[in-house]
Amino acid sequence: MDDRKMKHRSPVPEEELLSPDAFLAPEERGLFCQDRPEPVEPSKVKIVRDFCNWAQANSIFILAFGTGCGAIEMRPLFTARYDISRYGMFPRPTPRMSSLFIIGGYASVKTMKRIVRSYEQMQNPKFVMGLGSCTVNGGMYYDSYNTVKRLDHYIPVDAYVAGCMPRPESLIAGFRRIKKLIMEGKAEGANEYAKNFEWYKRNQRRIIKDWNMPEYNW
Amino acid sequence: MEEILKILKDRFDASEPRARRVDLSFITVPADRAVEAVTWMRDHGEFTHLVMISCIDRIEDGVFELIYLLNDPVAYLDIGICVEIGRDDAEMESMHHLWAVVRVYQRELHEMFGIKFPGSPGVDEPMILEGWDDIPPMRRDFDTLEYAERTYYPREGRSTSDPATEMEERSYPLDAGVKLGIKDLARSGYGDKENKTKDRE
Amino acid sequence: MNRELLVLIGKAIASLFLIANYGLILSGVMYKIIARVHGRFGPPVWQPYINLFKLLSMRTAVSHGIMFYLGPIFRITGGVGLYLLIPAVYGSSWLSNFSFSGDIILVLYFIFFGMLGMALGAAESGHPYSAIGVMRGLAQNTASELPFVLAVLALVAQYKTLSITGIVAAQQGGFANWTVFTNPLATIAAMLAFIGMMHRSPFDVHLAPQEIPVGPPTEFHSSYLFMMSFNRAFFGSAKLVLFANLFFGGATSIPELVAKTFLIMLWTVFVGVVFPRYRLEQSVRWLLKVPTLIGLLALALQMF
Repeated sequence: MDDRKMKHRSPVPEEELLSPDAFLAPEERGLFCQDRPEPVEPSKVKIVRDFCNWAQANSIFILAFGTGCGAIEMRPLFTARYDISRYGMFPRPTPRMSSLFIIGGYASVKTMKRIVRSYEQMQNPKFVMGLGSCTVNGGMYYDSYNTVKRLDHYIPVDAYVAGCMPRPESLIAGFRRIKKLIMEGKAEGANEYAKNFEWYKRNQRRIIKDWNMPEYNW
Repeated sequence: MEEILKILKDRFDASEPRARRVDLSFITVPADRAVEAVTWMRDHGEFTHLVMISCIDRIEDGVFELIYLLNDPVAYLDIGICVEIGRDDAEMESMHHLWAVVRVYQRELHEMFGIKFPGSPGVDEPMILEGWDDIPPMRRDFDTLEYAERTYYPREGRSTSDPATEMEERSYPLDAGVKLGIKDLARSGYGDKENKTKDRE
Repeated sequence: MNRELLVLIGKAIASLFLIANYGLILSGVMYKIIARVHGRFGPPVWQPYINLFKLLSMRTAVSHGIMFYLGPIFRITGGVGLYLLIPAVYGSSWLSNFSFSGDIILVLYFIFFGMLGMALGAAESGHPYSAIGVMRGLAQNTASELPFVLAVLALVAQYKTLSITGIVAAQQGGFANWTVFTNPLATIAAMLAFIGMMHRSPFDVHLAPQEIPVGPPTEFHSSYLFMMSFNRAFFGSAKLVLFANLFFGGATSIPELVAKTFLIMLWTVFVGVVFPRYRLEQSVRWLLKVPTLIGLLALALQMF
């Protein structure tokens, strides 16, 4: 399912805006870059933009960070049966190199902090796939004290794959959907994140109570 | 098994043992004798393996019931030592000197139930909940559904459907309707109406 | 003078263009072969090109300092420099590159040059896994360099020349003149070391993406990673050309070069596909034991 139409991101009231320094110890402030992310628009020339999108869509590096039980469904994807390397998708071990972040199922608050850090370290055209019903609306963890219900309130999500657990075939369908979005130039999650930065940060801070990282993890 | 339970009863003021199976019994020991009892079980009773430490929140009686489940790996026997401690300002003696793993259990119990274990190393460090500022979530007076809905932006239009009934209703609507009607009739004697309609939704 | 210089530069660029495309297609074919051995379809042969375009089209890049910029540049300098010093096709005017008498010493140096530059860049990134990866990579490269240098020294003693062109010239005139037949011990030592030099399994623990640290490139992304992946095309094929020259009689035409380098690459790919990964201490120990002893034996036979 696609949550792209969601447009109720209200502006954050003044009193909830916090200075970046509010959460770091004084001795740690100099260690981190405190800049905000800037949206980087794609090229204005259509042919260049299309070429970039084509390259992005046909060579997707997946961040191999299993955030929940759904990560177990990603292993078969690399084996002979569901080989996704034929679509040009490869697992990459660091967020710096990768462009697709798969949230494997439930995201607990403790994992959410790591997800935010990893997501922010990825470079600009970056895509997120929510895997499993828990990322859509909480799934079977709808009454859990520790599981976020809507992933798209914390990081921008390009596509959701519903199911508990989705089979590897569903994942491949999700990949095709993401590829289509990239080809059409609609997967601009990174720019969306930069534009609605306050809104995302407010939501993240509401659940991550012991915020001990900089405003944006460069 | 019988002798050990008898010794526990005689020496450590334990209650009557409650046998669940031939090889599994539970026995309640006063809180101030619990460490003694467990130490004796480990050193003299051949129960050298700690299976787990569990906790039951008996909010009606106002107590937490801690269960130290011990195992005799040679004779395949299990004994659960139950300890009841007051629910308000709950505190229990630490047993981290008996098994190294106990400190992890105690850390978890402290985080999830708010039971204090003075002297247990690292017991105050957050384990799963980082920066938790509400009452400990596994206590029964903590309403998880209410907390989740207040905190995590519930999505509208959420519905559940059991695959078995869903397919039944889709494939054989008439049979399924009759079946559901009989179920309703049978249940109408007991259970309040609200719950029933909720189930069907 | 000026015109000669321009012609020289043009030849070098043409040569580099050829080897870059050859290296990229070669790595595409290699991924395909590995996938077929695994029973998979594998990525398309032109996947390395798409990966390069994709890395170039990333919109942002984060820098950690000057050395962080220079690391990938050193790496690609090492790859390009190495290739430009090796005569790719014997007797060809434009594919002889800049080989000169005594180039083998410089080639041995250039193989290590990129790795050292990379070490500085990776250290600047500040990521602990980078430092660990560099340390492990350098340790293993040193270990695989030793048998290779011994084999090269045996060759130098055999042919009494320090020029790669001279070594190739001495091997002309039929199969029987190739080093692989005239000096089999040195060839065995060098080919065993070659798997380590190409960073193929079982000697790829410092670079394997499945390991928790990916090694030196942990922090590199976007254009930095582009340079490093592009370098693989030069560096890998330059080493293949070097081995074809030293041990398999060189090449007198481009098809001969392609056939020989492809077969040499198949050797590393097949070994890599069959054998699981060594841990670092195992690989260093193995490299310092078997190939080094064979290399010493080859050198001793030439000397006495």
